[in-house]
Amino acid sequence: MEKFEKLTGIAAPLDLVNIDTDMIIPKQYLKTIKREGLGVNLFDEMRYDQDGNENPDFVLNKPAYRETQILVAGDNFGCGSSREHAPWAIKDFGIRCVIAPSFADIFFNNCFKNGILPIPLPQEQVDILMKDAEKGANARMTVDLENQTITTSDGVEIAFEVDPFRKHCLLEGLDDIGLTLNKATAIDGFESKMAQDRPWV
Amino acid sequence: MTGKTLYDKLWDAHLVDQAEDGTCLLYIDRHLVHEVTSPQAFEGLRMSGRTVRAPEKTIAVPDHNVPTTEGRETKIDNEESRIQVEALDKNARDFGVVYYPVSDIRQGIVHIVGPEQGWTLPGMTVVCGDSHTATHGAFGALAHGIGTSEVEHVLATQTLIQKKSKNMKVEITGTLPPGVTAKDITLAVIGKTGTAGGTGYVIEYCGEAIRALSMEGRMTVCNMAIEGGARAGLIAPDDTTFDYVKGRPHAPKGAQWEAALTWWKTLKSDDNAHWDKVVTIRAEDIAPVVTWGTSPEDVLPITGTVPAPGDFQGGKVEAARRSLDYMGLKPGTPLTEIKVDAVFIGSCTNGRIEDLRAAAEILKGKTLAPGVRGMVVPGSGLVRAQAEEEGLDKVFTEAGFEWRLAGCSMCLGMNPDQLAPGERCAATSNRNFEGRMGRGGRTHLMSPVMAAAAAVTGHLTDVRELLAETV
Repeated sequence: MEKFEKLTGIAAPLDLVNIDTDMIIPKQYLKTIKREGLGVNLFDEMRYDQDGNENPDFVLNKPAYRETQILVAGDNFGCGSSREHAPWAIKDFGIRCVIAPSFADIFFNNCFKNGILPIPLPQEQVDILMKDAEKGANARMTVDLENQTITTSDGVEIAFEVDPFRKHCLLEGLDDIGLTLNKATAIDGFESKMAQDRPWV
Repeated sequence: MTGKTLYDKLWDAHLVDQAEDGTCLLYIDRHLVHEVTSPQAFEGLRMSGRTVRAPEKTIAVPDHNVPTTEGRETKIDNEESRIQVEALDKNARDFGVVYYPVSDIRQGIVHIVGPEQGWTLPGMTVVCGDSHTATHGAFGALAHGIGTSEVEHVLATQTLIQKKSKNMKVEITGTLPPGVTAKDITLAVIGKTGTAGGTGYVIEYCGEAIRALSMEGRMTVCNMAIEGGARAGLIAPDDTTFDYVKGRPHAPKGAQWEAALTWWKTLKSDDNAHWDKVVTIRAEDIAPVVTWGTSPEDVLPITGTVPAPGDFQGGKVEAARRSLDYMGLKPGTPLTEIKVDAVFIGSCTNGRIEDLRAAAEILKGKTLAPGVRGMVVPGSGLVRAQAEEEGLDKVFTEAGFEWRLAGCSMCLGMNPDQLAPGERCAATSNRNFEGRMGRGGRTHLMSPVMAAAAAVTGHLTDVRELLAETV
C-alpha cells in the first residue's frame, strides 16, 4: 500500500450530505476486475452529462480544482454500497484525503486499506475547511498525519483524531494481511478450540 | 455487574486476539462471495502466492451481473458482465470454495442463498463484500458487509481486523396493523433515526412486533440496518429461527443439532445489559410507508404529502431541493397522486417466498394499470420453483408482470434490467439513490403489498384501501 505521511494540495468543496457510493462510482464501472483506471469516472453522473460531456458546474471540472488532492464534504460521506471501487476511484483521481462531519462505516474502513486518509471532524471545523477549499487553486491545505493536524491556506491549524493502528499502517504503508498472518498460531488455536465447542460451524 | 448484549456475546465468542491498542482479530465462520467485489481479492491472493484458508466456509454465487432472462447459462451478452461471472467461476474452482453457478437451481442472491441452504446459522459471524450482509443478522448472527481488501483478508486468514461497535436497541412494541409489514418497520426506523443514526453501532431489534415476524420478515428488517448506517442488525434467535433452520442442507443434524440448540438458546441480551442508545417505536404508530426522495431516510406514511426543502434543517435543505428536482416532484403533492411507470418486486430485501405470496395476494384477479410495466425477480432458483409450485407465477403473469430468473436485477441495474431516464418505479428494493436503478431513474421504496397496490392503480396507493375492498 502507498504510504500517507504529509500532504499539501488543493482541497475541493463538495457541500452535500449523504454522498453515497453509487454517486462516487456508478454501477456500470463495477464490472472491472482491476483496481485501477476508475478515476475518470469518479462522480460520473454529476461530472458528465448523458452524452459524456463534462458538466462545467461540477467542482472537479472547474479549472481551479482539476488537480484536487483533498475533498471536503458533507455529513455521512460514502454511505450505501460496500464497493471498494469508491475509494479506488477517489485514489485513482488523485485524492488522498477526505474530510467530512461523518463517514459511513464500510467506506471509512475501505479508505485505510488504500492509502486514503478519511478525517471526521465536528461540523464547525468542517465549515472552516469548506470555506478555505472554496478559495480555489491558490489555496493549499496541508494534512500532516504524523502530527494529526490540518493547516488551512491562511495558517489556521485544526487537530484530528485517528486510530493508532490505522495511523501506523498508513504511515508505513503496511499490508495488514501480512500482519495478521503473523498471528497464525492464535488463529490455529482458536480453530482447534472451536472444533471442540462448536463442531457444527 | 453489567450484563452483556447479544452483540457482546457474539463478539466474545469470536475473538481470536486483542492487541494492546484495542485492535481485535475476529474469527469469521462464513464468508459469502459474489462476482462484483471478489475478483481483485482472488487476484491479490494469486499475486502473493496465498491460498484460501477455509474453502469449506467460503460460499460463492454470481448474482449482481447475471441476466434474469432464459439462456443465461450459455450466454451473457454484456462482455464485461460475462468476464466477471467467468472470473468467479474460475476463482471458485481454482481455490476450491463452495460454488453455486448460474446453471444450479440453488443460485440466487447471495443473501437469500446463504440462509436457504443453512449456511447461515445463529451465533455465527458472517461477512460478504456486500453491504446487505446485514440480512443474516435475522438469525442472531453477527453479519456485515466488507470491502474487497477485507474480502482478501478473510480469504487468506479467515479473520477480520475489527474495532468493537456500540450497542443500540431498537424496540418495536405492540402489534402491526393490517397492511403494515416488516419493510414498513425497517423504513420507519430509518425515517426516525436517519441514514447516519446507526453509524458506529450494531442494532438489536426486539419487542413484540419483531418476535411476531417470520424469518423472512426479520431478514427484511435486518437487511436495511445498513441503510440506517449501522454496521449490523441483529435479532435474537428463538423457536421461529430454529424451526426455519432445522433440516436445511447445511444445518447441524442429530447430536450436533442438540448441542447447537443448547448454545443458540443462550444467545440473547441479558436484562441488565448496557445500551448506548435506545429507540422505541409503537407498531400501532407505523403506517404503510414510501420514500419520496433519494435517501432511504426520506420516508413518509402513504397518507402524507411531498415535503418542501424548507421543512428541513442544515445540509438536508439543499439535499431535499436536489432530491425533489431529481425525483420530479412538487412540494405539497399528495403521495397517492404520484404516478408510476414501473413496478419491481424482488431483491435481497423482498425477494423471498413470503414477499411473493404477499404481493400475489393483492394482485390475484387484477391486472397492471395501463402503461405500467411490472417485473418480478425471485431471490433464488428455489424461491422461484416454490412460487411456481404454489401457482404464484400465474398470478403475476396473468396480471401482466414479467416472471424472471433469480438475481439482483433492477435493484442496482448492473444487468440489463434498468429504468430509463425519468422513469418512475415502485420498488421493493433497498436504495432510492440517484441513478441506482438506471441513470435518471426514479425509485420509490415500499413493501411488496404496497408495490402490488401501485401496480394495480398506476399510482402510489395505500394498500389498506385495497384490503378494505376485498373484505
